[in-house]
Amino acid sequence: MAEATALWEVFIRPRNGLSHRHVGSLHAADEVMALQAARDVYTRRGEGNSIWVVPSSAITASDPDHADEMFEPTADKIYRHPTFYEIPDEVGHM
Amino acid sequence: MSEVFVTALLELADDHLVLGHRLSEWCGHAPMLEEDLALPNMALDLIGAARGLYAYAGSIEGNGRGEDDLAYLRGEREYLNCLLVERENGDFAQTMLRQLYFAGFMEPYWQAAMASRDETLRGIAAKAVKEVAYHIRHAAEWVVRLGDGTEESARHMAEAVEELHRFTDELFLSSPAAAAAEAAGLLPARAEMRGAWEATLRAVFAEARLDWPDAVWPQKGGREGAHGEGLGHLLAEMQSLHRAHPGAVW
Repeated sequence: MAEATALWEVFIRPRNGLSHRHVGSLHAADEVMALQAARDVYTRRGEGNSIWVVPSSAITASDPDHADEMFEPTADKIYRHPTFYEIPDEVGHM
Repeated sequence: MSEVFVTALLELADDHLVLGHRLSEWCGHAPMLEEDLALPNMALDLIGAARGLYAYAGSIEGNGRGEDDLAYLRGEREYLNCLLVERENGDFAQTMLRQLYFAGFMEPYWQAAMASRDETLRGIAAKAVKEVAYHIRHAAEWVVRLGDGTEESARHMAEAVEELHRFTDELFLSSPAAAAAEAAGLLPARAEMRGAWEATLRAVFAEARLDWPDAVWPQKGGREGAHGEGLGHLLAEMQSLHRAHPGAVW
């Protein structure tokens, strides 16, 4: 039965103010059933308060063969990491 | 009054435990992983409601019987559930229709129970009403998809209606104990749920292209302990561990 139904990607928002995070995928016949299945499969332990489901076919993925040209050029730009700044204690959690 | 209230609470608790156990039988056998989690999810909701009702009934009774004694140490004739909930799972269409029939009844029932004179029951109802709303939604989506699906799924759904519709009338019948508790304002009147139940069910039937059965031969007897053959087997499996190892805990 799972083979006959489409694949969906599931995104859960753990709390208000946070963004939806990808948590996994599932099989369902349509978007209504996908949402219900996502609720049953991925929010059993109070993981969130909002769910998105997206057809997996709607996702365009980067090609692993292009990984070098896509991601390699950032490797030597270490100044983009915020580790060179000293944050005053008064700022607290950033 | 307390004696009839205990009996009426046991009827309600037995409905939930038996249907919860039936759903749990799907665990590991559902047609897809997603339903393998969805069905036990609903089972746990129902068993959770049963536990609250048993514990409360036991405390009113005052003989020291707890939830385990009431669930595991009563025989088939002492179980007071309606016949609908004990029906075998059958195929997926029958399981979903049985769920829709029951949840369609319990939703207005729990809504009304939130105005009970009894505070504990109001608490149980407030929790259950959210759970049962989801059960309706989930079961209804499946009934619509199967009823208005392929030729084969539509045939299974129509057979499920033929098999199960005759057990729905008993939902609206109050035993003498339940009637007394209803008259005292402790429980909602079962007969008053028919309008809301039929509205819910007829809307789903229309969308699922299912015919509403006009002539059925209603079955009853569960509230007097007159059950079908299936309940004995269900209880044998459910109670065997506790009977072999009394007081066993995780």
